[in-house]
Amino acid sequence: MTTTDTRPAGVTGDQAGPRKAARPGRPGARLARATTGLHTLVFLAPMLVVFGVFSWYPIARAVVMSFQRTNLVTDPVFVGFANFQQVFADPLLWTAVQNTGYFALLALLFGYPIPLVAAILMSEVRRLRGLFSALAYLPVVVPPVVAVLLWKLFYDAGEDGVFNTVLGWLGIAPIAWLQDANAVMPSLVLEATWAAAGGTVIIYLAALIGVDPSLYEAAEIDGAGVWRKLWHITLPQLRGVLLITFILQIIGTAQVFLEPFLFTDGGPANRTLTLLLLIYRYAFTNSLGGDYGAAAALSLMLAVVLAAFSMLYFRLTRSWSS
Amino acid sequence: MLTSRAAAARTAAALTALGVSALGLAACSDEPDDGKTHITVTIDAGLEQEAIDAFDARVEQFEDANPDIDVETQEYTWTAGTFTAQLAGGTLPDVFTIPFTDGRGLIERGQIADISAYTADLPYRDAFNPNIAAAGEDPDGNLWAIPIAAYGQGLHYNRTLFEAAGLDPDAPPTTWAEIQTAAKAISDATGEAGYSVMTNDNTGGWILTTVVNALGGRTEDGDTATIDTPQMREALTQLQTMRWDDDSMGDTLQYDWAGINQDFASGRIGMYVSGGGNYGNLFTQNGLDPDDYGLSILPLAADANAGILGGGTLAAVSPDAEPAEQEAAVAWIDFYFMEKLTDQAAAVADAEVKAETGQPVGAPELPVFDKATYDEQQTWIAEYVNVPVEQMAPYTSQVFDQPLLTEPVSATQEVYAVLDTVVQSILTDENADIDALLETAQADAQAAMDAAA
Repeated sequence: MTTTDTRPAGVTGDQAGPRKAARPGRPGARLARATTGLHTLVFLAPMLVVFGVFSWYPIARAVVMSFQRTNLVTDPVFVGFANFQQVFADPLLWTAVQNTGYFALLALLFGYPIPLVAAILMSEVRRLRGLFSALAYLPVVVPPVVAVLLWKLFYDAGEDGVFNTVLGWLGIAPIAWLQDANAVMPSLVLEATWAAAGGTVIIYLAALIGVDPSLYEAAEIDGAGVWRKLWHITLPQLRGVLLITFILQIIGTAQVFLEPFLFTDGGPANRTLTLLLLIYRYAFTNSLGGDYGAAAALSLMLAVVLAAFSMLYFRLTRSWSS
Repeated sequence: MLTSRAAAARTAAALTALGVSALGLAACSDEPDDGKTHITVTIDAGLEQEAIDAFDARVEQFEDANPDIDVETQEYTWTAGTFTAQLAGGTLPDVFTIPFTDGRGLIERGQIADISAYTADLPYRDAFNPNIAAAGEDPDGNLWAIPIAAYGQGLHYNRTLFEAAGLDPDAPPTTWAEIQTAAKAISDATGEAGYSVMTNDNTGGWILTTVVNALGGRTEDGDTATIDTPQMREALTQLQTMRWDDDSMGDTLQYDWAGINQDFASGRIGMYVSGGGNYGNLFTQNGLDPDDYGLSILPLAADANAGILGGGTLAAVSPDAEPAEQEAAVAWIDFYFMEKLTDQAAAVADAEVKAETGQPVGAPELPVFDKATYDEQQTWIAEYVNVPVEQMAPYTSQVFDQPLLTEPVSATQEVYAVLDTVVQSILTDENADIDALLETAQADAQAAMDAAA
């Protein structure tokens, strides 16, 4: 490619031809362009309406609300940055930040590698791979609330609880899974990992199928063992997918709500109070009208932090993913 | 990875929002133009079919008597979280119920309709117990929300577990020390929780405040939080002893109101403190065996300030209701909630329908009017009473003699939430330091009260 040829690689002169023909100033080209634009708009309209009404407008409202004091019944009052100051002054904010960080860390340690290992093992299986995939995916199709209620039974603190019964067989004393300050967060992460790992396993399996088998054959000819193939072929080939699932994992765990809300309501003694649960508390636990301004302010701060983290992450990992 | 569930939840939320919007649009366009006033009223969520039938029968009676009003029903159970969301979202029914605690605040903020023009015409408007009516009045004495029921906290106990532990179910504990002893006996003999407390959704603070009141303490003095008191320390110390030394509180240590009712009704709890009128919920929504049930008063300390925490329910009207709907709503409140308290024929009709459909009649309450009116109403329905009144006698024979205290008024729910954390810490951390907990709670409660002021 010369320095004067700015066409993307792979675009031939013939393919580039129509672009030249569509220069401004020719009536037919203008009409064609206008028609194309209209078609695009028609096709985009439903998406624009749905996103506008259900995503962009609520987001804009939330930004405005973060600077207001409102109960959504009477007229709102603009209060400047008072909501943000109030949130920063709340000692529970730092408790929630620590708890959310702890959940994210545990989920990263356990929830991130497990699907990868499972997918690699499954990809090695010649027979019944479909059955294993289905079994791995099964928890994902269980409604989340049902799953949590089910696991609440498993986590029963009594000696006859499901998990405690198993521990009893091994001579281990019962654990107050959801009531012990030290056990409660790992318990939540365990259920969350069980519930969500299947979806990631399927993504990894799809990516593994796309790895060129000749790479493995070449490596075997060169005498590479299982670990070297894994390290030098499989993981590098999955690099792009791994980078995406990592950032999605961070964003997902930073917004964890379901498990602490349904299992413990943030307890015991705020040990599982997460950022989203704190937002929920701001908004909904005062029956005289929630503090929607503070809830919106914390939501906005969380969104900004996650967006900044995502941009930084992609900037730092740009060279790895190419 | 934990994102697919979040994505699924977001998709579900979006679809739900679409569905709700569609329903909302449909609801807007479906209201028939038949010249009638249409109102939506609440029915308790999770009722057995017999209870729903009884409610529907009452709706029919109302519509027959008021042919220009059409009544729709909507399931509703007051909880702080769902009520706030419904209030903000404008999805509350036209008539709904709220606890006494929230009346004044909602009135001050204009978050319920001003129905005082209609309530002023009610024949019994001036007959309310002034202390109880105050929960639904604005500072000028206008009645915005109608008190429909009042209660005093009581000690609910399981007679079967008492017998299994060698205790006399007809002689329930009369001191807090006896409650502790009975709890240990029940726990040791049956393996079930001898005594349980609520801990979540602000109920932990509610019950802790109840016990503090019974010991003679208060959690506020005007605009000042008074969390760190001898009575509070006494209550927490006993709780700590029962949990960690006596091991008499079972394996489940986190309860909200619904959860503790459920476990009590299923025989897993020996004793717990809650509103004296809980029998209805225990029986109709949790399948309580009436033979198991016992109710007694809370023991009061030998302190002039000791009293039982009272509370109650107000019927209020949505701020979105039009004047005609407000008038119809007050007519419904008068018919469904109030006539049975003031009119013999209505009281009998209500009791008859409930008795025929197997619903409890005669569960204890405190009078919203005067004691004489209450006693008279009890005589009207005496032949339909089907609850085990003998087993409630330890409560009904003494509760009227106990000083009745109102709930704290400043940042009530926020302070309850602060105390939730204290109770949870005591129950789940063997080394919980009461001094440190109270120091933090005192500061947090005061901050909440300052913010609300």
